Amino acid sequence: MSPTMLSPRTSGEPTEAVVPRRRPYAWSEIGLAAALVLPNVVLLALFTYRPLLDNIRLSFYHWNISSPRRTFIGVANYVEWFTARDTGTVVLNTLIFTVAAVLGSMVLGLAMALLLDQKLFGRGAVRSMVFAPFVISGAAIGVAFQFVFDPTFGLIQDLLGRLGIASPNFYQAPGWALFMVTVTYIWKNVGYVFVIYLAALQGRRAELDEAAEIDGTSAVRAFFRVILPQLRPTTFFLSVTVLLNSLQVFDIINVMTRGGPLGTGTTTMVFQVYQETFVNSRAGYGAAVATIMFLVVLAVTLVQVQLQDRQD
Amino acid sequence: MTITDRTGTGEPLEPTGTGPGAGTDGSAVAGTDGSAVAGTAGSQAAGATGRQAEATTGSLTAGRTRWAIPKPGERGTAGTVLGYLGILVTVAVIMVPLYFILITSLKTRPDIYADPITWWPHPFAPENYLYVQQEVAFLSYLRNSVIITGTLVVVKVTLGVLTAYALAYLRFPGRNVLFIGVIASLMVPNQITVISNYALVADWGWRNSFQGIIVPLAGVAFGTFLMRNHFLSLPREIREAALMDGAGFFRTLFRVILPMSWPTVVAFTLITVVNEWNEYLWPFLMSDGAEVAPLPVGLTFLQNNEGLTNWGPVMAGTVLASLPILIVFLILQKQMIKGLTAGAVKG
Repeated sequence: MSPTMLSPRTSGEPTEAVVPRRRPYAWSEIGLAAALVLPNVVLLALFTYRPLLDNIRLSFYHWNISSPRRTFIGVANYVEWFTARDTGTVVLNTLIFTVAAVLGSMVLGLAMALLLDQKLFGRGAVRSMVFAPFVISGAAIGVAFQFVFDPTFGLIQDLLGRLGIASPNFYQAPGWALFMVTVTYIWKNVGYVFVIYLAALQGRRAELDEAAEIDGTSAVRAFFRVILPQLRPTTFFLSVTVLLNSLQVFDIINVMTRGGPLGTGTTTMVFQVYQETFVNSRAGYGAAVATIMFLVVLAVTLVQVQLQDRQD
Repeated sequence: MTITDRTGTGEPLEPTGTGPGAGTDGSAVAGTDGSAVAGTAGSQAAGATGRQAEATTGSLTAGRTRWAIPKPGERGTAGTVLGYLGILVTVAVIMVPLYFILITSLKTRPDIYADPITWWPHPFAPENYLYVQQEVAFLSYLRNSVIITGTLVVVKVTLGVLTAYALAYLRFPGRNVLFIGVIASLMVPNQITVISNYALVADWGWRNSFQGIIVPLAGVAFGTFLMRNHFLSLPREIREAALMDGAGFFRTLFRVILPMSWPTVVAFTLITVVNEWNEYLWPFLMSDGAEVAPLPVGLTFLQNNEGLTNWGPVMAGTVLASLPILIVFLILQKQMIKGLTAGAVKG
């Protein structure tokens, strides 16, 4: 128990004022803390920080993951990645997927939050519906949406058919395959953006709304001048978390397309890490891609911290 | 922040609709701190519906005015119609695919490949669900999911609460460094750690075993962050009083601190349940078959077995794999969302 925490109000004893603000560490307290904290910290160190560093080491080797033999090859894996023909496609896929997923789920999530913040009959039920896909596993949604997008028997081709449009072949054309996994990802995850925005909308300052209302501000103007500025911290938080999450999507891509069609149609960097390491048995190369990806994630995070500091 | 959970007072994200007349325009979700919800009572009635809704502003959470209502009396048709149109589109986009998946799981093979698609299974083919069990031992995957998720939830919640308790209340050297280290691990994608972890766990001979799946996932970063922030928000005097009354460190935790913290612990637990139930990459790499693989991985095996030829059972498997977590969500969504929005929304 820290004496500094005692407030005169609770104890009411006159000697209180003499208590020093800082006291030395107590061994019993250190021991207790170690017992409570260490299991968790050891787990994080062993399975998060150790492999993070080990991954960098492994990226300098030629290595089949199931064999104990490794050959040191220096930066050859990196050189190969930067000069490989499919690297451009993989980076572009990652970029397109990430940007589309972030923009798509942010815009739709905000629109839904604005809509369901209104007093409308049945909004409670609709709120639940919007969020429900978020709790279903990506693998299950991926499997199910394969059939939804099936170009011969699926839901989408049927709906397009009713409009007189022939369905694109979502499994054969790389562009459409990427479109399919992006739409599936947004469909599953928009509920998260929605929930966070809805919470922010409900926490905003009502006086400003009222002022805008009394002034007779139009709805569109009020949105851009009154609501959006208040949502800025939330928008920022979401754009970063959704960006980091969509950079890491594996389940939907693996289940729906396995990175294809035509080899790299929907291969993103994360999928390439898996593909090279566990399918092509090139763990060193996979580790190199993983290291590059980590640097990207790190850069995004650092930019976030910088921007956040500036914002505060 | 007051001890009373704000979300408990507001209108939850419940499947029951709140009509305009109900007037409980509460906060469906609240941030970690009380500032997230501005409980303003003063609001202007606008239009007939609006006035009706605002009539009960005295309720727990007061109604709020909408900017979308420019002048009294003008809320009327245009805005409302647009609103309901929006709701209709939203419901269609979310529910039509789900409905399509559900009916496909109940269709016979010729019915599935009918053109145009049929919106009602005729005849009903519940045997798809039996077939799933016969074909891929679905109950084994379900059991595995329960074992893996259950163990991880118990371990993670315990470790998270204890770590947070120490970080919040004990003084020891390196406390801040440890805390930052725990938080920073949230930034490390597990797709990057997977190669080295796979090699290590395989080296231990833990491949295709429950401990191989569970142990590497057992570290807690987010929950530690969530619980620590919560503990720091509790009034210090209460813990002081317990300690002065002679309650020991753990007695204080279990008798005083935890009973005040149930909403946060429940939110933390539920988020862990959802995350671990849906965990895919690591169990996918670690497991070879029905002995230890959880549902999402089992579903992939089913899909591989049936390929693009037998969608009925595959859809039945999808429905079965999603139902448990959907039921948990529908019952406990308020608490789950509280955990998700904690730390995300500031006033």
